[in-house]
Amino acid sequence: MSNSENNERWKSALKAVKDAILVPTLAIITAVIVGGLVIAVVGGDPFAAYAGLFQGAFGSVKAISETGVWATPYIFAGLAVALAFKGGLFNIGGEGQLALGATTSALVGYGLPLWLGYEPPMYIHLTLALGAGALVGFIWGAIPGALKAYTGAHEVINTIMMNYIALNVVSFLMNGPMKDHNPLNVIARTPLIAEGARIAPIFSGLRIHWGFGLALLAAFIVWWLLWKTTLGFEIRTVGANPDAAKYAGINVKKIMTLTMGLSGMLAGLAGSIEVTGLNYRHELGFSSGYGFDAIAIALLGKNHPVGVVLAAILFAAMRNGATRMQFLTQIPVDIISVIQALILLFVAADSIVRYIYRIKQSGEKVVLTRGWGG
Amino acid sequence: MADNTKIVLEAKGITKQFPGVLANDNVNFNLREGEVHALLGENGAGKSTLMNILYGLYKADGGEVIVNGQPISLHSPKDAIVHGIGMVHQHFMLIPVFSVTENIMLGSETDHRKNPTEAPLAKLDREEVSRLVQALSDKYGFNIDPSSLVGDLPVGVQQRVEIVKALYRHASILILDEPTAVLTPQEADDLFNIIRELKKQGVSIIFITHKLREVLAIADRITVMRGGKVVGSAIPSESDEHQLATMMVGREVILKVDKEPAKPTDVVLSVKNLRVLDQRDLVAIKDLSLEVKAGEILGVAGVQGNGQTELAEALTGLRKIESGTVTLSGEDVTHSTPRHITNTGLAHIPEDRQKHGLVLGYTVADNMILCDYFKFPFSQNAMLQQKAIDVNARKLIEDFDVRTPSPYVSASKLSGGNQQKVIVARELSRQVDLVIASQPTRGLDVGSIEYIHNQIVKMRDRGVAVLVISAELDEILALSDRIAVMYRGEVVAVVESKTVSKEQLGLWMAGGKPD
Repeated sequence: MSNSENNERWKSALKAVKDAILVPTLAIITAVIVGGLVIAVVGGDPFAAYAGLFQGAFGSVKAISETGVWATPYIFAGLAVALAFKGGLFNIGGEGQLALGATTSALVGYGLPLWLGYEPPMYIHLTLALGAGALVGFIWGAIPGALKAYTGAHEVINTIMMNYIALNVVSFLMNGPMKDHNPLNVIARTPLIAEGARIAPIFSGLRIHWGFGLALLAAFIVWWLLWKTTLGFEIRTVGANPDAAKYAGINVKKIMTLTMGLSGMLAGLAGSIEVTGLNYRHELGFSSGYGFDAIAIALLGKNHPVGVVLAAILFAAMRNGATRMQFLTQIPVDIISVIQALILLFVAADSIVRYIYRIKQSGEKVVLTRGWGG
Repeated sequence: MADNTKIVLEAKGITKQFPGVLANDNVNFNLREGEVHALLGENGAGKSTLMNILYGLYKADGGEVIVNGQPISLHSPKDAIVHGIGMVHQHFMLIPVFSVTENIMLGSETDHRKNPTEAPLAKLDREEVSRLVQALSDKYGFNIDPSSLVGDLPVGVQQRVEIVKALYRHASILILDEPTAVLTPQEADDLFNIIRELKKQGVSIIFITHKLREVLAIADRITVMRGGKVVGSAIPSESDEHQLATMMVGREVILKVDKEPAKPTDVVLSVKNLRVLDQRDLVAIKDLSLEVKAGEILGVAGVQGNGQTELAEALTGLRKIESGTVTLSGEDVTHSTPRHITNTGLAHIPEDRQKHGLVLGYTVADNMILCDYFKFPFSQNAMLQQKAIDVNARKLIEDFDVRTPSPYVSASKLSGGNQQKVIVARELSRQVDLVIASQPTRGLDVGSIEYIHNQIVKMRDRGVAVLVISAELDEILALSDRIAVMYRGEVVAVVESKTVSKEQLGLWMAGGKPD
């Protein structure tokens, strides 16, 4: 390949990167400004608030570690939504897939030694715990995928319905069969998982664990899958133009099911890693809407793994820094939800941002989801 | 038409810039009362842009629009309608499950003649509108029943509904965008009669087309556009097809395809007693049989909507076959998947290039491997091979003269002709026994048409069987060695192309049985 040929590819790649980053960056800036105005209106000092937010998110080693802790499930769940979007599917079922993944990993984590009668070696136990969570997530995602592919039932409705099933099943298990029977326990949670099923912290004394590394690895694998493999070509083709995919001989139904399965698997892993890396058990209501924040993260990250990682870290930093901000300035943490919502608003309705900053539309509009039976 | 007739519509110095294209460059155009003014030009010449400006869909960067001597500002089609401008689009804007009356009321429900200030939620007065539609239909001889469902009407009648819709809104200036593209020759004649009637009643008409014969048959004046500019005007009585064609493309055009007589050999595609249903589960193809031999081009002629789309889809595995058999190169592929049929030796140029043929967001290079991405050398160990993809793209861009700044431009950035060339390059470069080309040159300019026709003939000369499905009779006649005429899902005639006249084909296409 000659230099000029390489240059062409690089040029178009660079332009694509520029196009992809521009609007989200401006959306964040705009949201921060509008959020600052809101803070000022309610009588706070926006500069002090943002300083507190930054300090809370990155101001110390511990703060950075906590941001990483928050970012880990965000990255997995964000990748889940982004992968589905790339395949033209809207996975709103992250919350349910995540809860089932977490529950399954917890079950394997504390149940396997009881069942076997001895503690299996760590590499087997942890792999099984994560693998089981991933598998259950895969199945829980593949079901609405298959329903969409083979019957035309819209995945948005079905993933929402599957959330209810999953969350209620998990609630039942946490309060009943899987509840920690320690007489002192009144909380709906599982027993602690065995030592061998735990992901180690990266630094002793800090909560950030190797699950963060796994999240980055997952982002790399998703990127590699989508853009370097023939399967990824099929997923992207089905997502971009299912009619052309059918014409090209791609088994559209199979790919749709598989895409939703893989998406559910990533969401399931978000739950599994929280259990094995951080909480060492599953507790009802630990997931404070990761599955839904993930949609915002995927949108902000333009469905690209790198974008998802960056967006996840941003959301993590805001969540993590909010407490510090409240402590320093007495501005309620809820303002962070306002800013996050504004970011999402400006990213989703990008014509607002384009209008404010006079940017022309370039490139293709991202197809997020299709209408009924589409 | 006397030159001193009143000018009802004038466009002065219209300029419109799109990213990378100057679609209208200082265009001047005028329309006199009660005349048919044909706007002739290739695709991409800027005709549609100009009309969309006149109809308020686009805003011009420069220039002004004058109606009845008054400069007007157009912000939306509503403004155009207020000034008496109506447009019939190439793709009808009708709702099939609504009746004629309801379609005509649509969008002006509250604009009630009796009661212009009626509240938005007032009762729909179908009877009143129905009466008005009937009156309009009688006045111009449209022969429309206001109570019938639009979806049940033939295309020609649907078009009349569109015209009535404009007249109902008091249009005195009608823009007809490629009105004959979807009609049989007979339906086109009916349309011409209606146009003459409208003219008599004082309606002024802009007739957009790239069909030279029609222009000469119906127009009072002709304006020719090329590359965003008006390049000339003519009067039909002082002009001929050849002269107009030259003006339109800016050079001499060969309207015929140069080809040797065919040397057909073995049967490659054999279709027996095919029966296929359409989208709505109605019979689209009944008991259809045909054969295509290696080294010949079989043209399937027919008015759109007589089962050609379903035929192409059924043969390529995209649509389920109810009964009958399809044999390709000796193998029964009746119920095979598209992938299997493609691998057996089929190249398919699909009817709708943007729906089936391309992934618009993909680069040209990726589009060029759309059907072979999983094969060596593009894929090894389930991994895409960027280098092979690059080499392939550069070779095809060179061989098939695709005008693109680089292989890594997204296909959506190319013009229609170049998009089609991407598909043609991909499909005709594959090793196949059969080519199915559906509407291979629809909407393309003369230069691209010529090129694609030559490529198709080249395939035939290499011993490939070719099935061309086209709604353009000129294309069928120019390309085919044999012609099959489809009418209502059946092949009503198969003839040698040398022995048949256009008029005869037109008659068969309209349902006249062969002797």
